[in-house]
Amino acid sequence: MATTPIEIGKKSGCSASSCGSTSDQMSHLPEYIRQKVFNHPCYSEQAHHHFARMHVAVAPACNIQCNYCNRKYDCANESRPGVVSEVLHPEQAIKKVIAVAAAIPQMTVVGIAGPGDPLANPERTFATFRGIAEYAPDIKLCVSTNGLSLPQHAEELSRHNIDHVTITINTLDEEIGAEIYPWVFWNNRRIRGRAAARILIEQQQRGLEMLTERGVLVKVNSVMIPGVNDEHLKEVSRVVKSKGAFLHNVMPLIAEPEHGTYYGIMEQPSPTAQELQSLQDACAGDMNMMRHCRQCRADAVGLLGEDRGAEFTMEKIEAMEFDYEEIRARRAAVQASIAEEMAKPKVQVATVSLSSLKRRVAATPAVLMAVASKGGNVVNQHFGHATEFLVYEASASGVRFIGTRRTDQYCVGSDHCDEGEDKLAHAITALDGCRAVLCARIGITPWEALEAAGIKPDSDHAMEPIEEAVAALYAAMAEAGELESAASIDASVA
Amino acid sequence: MALKIVAACVNCWACEPLCPSKAISAAVPHFVIDAKKCSECDGDYADAQCASICPIECAIVDSAGVPLNPLGSLTNIPPEKLAALA
Repeated sequence: MATTPIEIGKKSGCSASSCGSTSDQMSHLPEYIRQKVFNHPCYSEQAHHHFARMHVAVAPACNIQCNYCNRKYDCANESRPGVVSEVLHPEQAIKKVIAVAAAIPQMTVVGIAGPGDPLANPERTFATFRGIAEYAPDIKLCVSTNGLSLPQHAEELSRHNIDHVTITINTLDEEIGAEIYPWVFWNNRRIRGRAAARILIEQQQRGLEMLTERGVLVKVNSVMIPGVNDEHLKEVSRVVKSKGAFLHNVMPLIAEPEHGTYYGIMEQPSPTAQELQSLQDACAGDMNMMRHCRQCRADAVGLLGEDRGAEFTMEKIEAMEFDYEEIRARRAAVQASIAEEMAKPKVQVATVSLSSLKRRVAATPAVLMAVASKGGNVVNQHFGHATEFLVYEASASGVRFIGTRRTDQYCVGSDHCDEGEDKLAHAITALDGCRAVLCARIGITPWEALEAAGIKPDSDHAMEPIEEAVAALYAAMAEAGELESAASIDASVA
Repeated sequence: MALKIVAACVNCWACEPLCPSKAISAAVPHFVIDAKKCSECDGDYADAQCASICPIECAIVDSAGVPLNPLGSLTNIPPEKLAALA
């Protein structure tokens, strides 16, 4: 769905819940849901600037095969779902959670997301949750599943104070499903083809219904696979919303030949950033969309976009001793001060800064701007240190968060990890379609390279809140006439 | 009559709880099947359970050394494509 700049302008008063600026992304939700998600980095775009999460890799077994997954993969340099360095036993996972809770007090959420499927390892998964709930009851628990075993476990999930469940639903259509899933393990048989897809889809839908009936908050993840399920995901979005899912996260397919996956080896194309954004916008008409997902590892630790997993290997953790009462008090204090900071009223700078431009508003197109940030919702990272950029759409009607772009996209290992010129070239590729990039500092070489690529580098807004900084830069560029001749973002989408 | 887990195993634990004979255990460098206990699920299930959930081609072989899940049978990746990458 192509959106013209004028339509974007009209949307400013959009009742919709699903578009609008990032700050009111959650405002349409009922109070009890807002209370549940305000400090959950995966469920709240605002929260992800401040609160951290961790995944514990206690669930190695899986009961299905997806064409974007390779069960052999295990690489410390890789960051994508299903990849881990060290599978943990439940008691090790519990100890690791306590260690991270002590070291990173703003860590509010522990999830089990693999490296297989948590519900294909029910004993290990539930033993881990029970242990965490006992030792660290202030930590939220969540689980991410393919849904095949969800109906059997829905009741137990709702009893365990696990109030956040993510189901990966890529299709409602068994013919499409047969293209994505070669087999499922069901009732002691390996089932293939359409029959396999039919079983998986039925179980996912029933699981979704059972969870929402029990008041469990459900997010749906979908992998956008161009030519396979991309158009169909609009229907998926409508249906899962009607069944009570509160957030839909459409993620791009990751498929590189070196990952050894079916899609990688068969050279199935991944969507471009623009294709992903168009589909997310199309789905947003019906559904609250998540755009800040980082598709993290099954053992990731830290703020989204960072991974401090290497600081918490079992070797280091086994030697530690903890007093959780003391840790819990410190965590509560840190988290309260973050919540207080987040609750401070936001200055509506987007409209204030632009008010002086009213005369020319109609003429300024919506553009994409990238931001280097290491957290806190502030422009605070050196361009050269950024491994990802937050992308915002700035227009006459305001600023809205669009998504993230990684510079080290799906790193394939230290032999391939590059520095210097290659790294800069990757950063510029990642910024394709952006008119400007805001960062804390930037060297002269990247500055010149960005200008040559038609991307305006900016470090004048260092340490400012992101949305205010983007609005101010947009206003300045509009004032200077730098946006007049700009191709609108829609030209690049088309 | 017994199945065997070979070096391709990635230690994912999927097979271990399914074995009706409790013949499978974790070991280094990979899981092992106790040949004295393994019945190939005869009398319990139509298909050998470990080989029915195993996600890795060629990781489980029969007593003749023939893989129960040959190359290309689980991922649908044509073996010639895999050979080209190796």
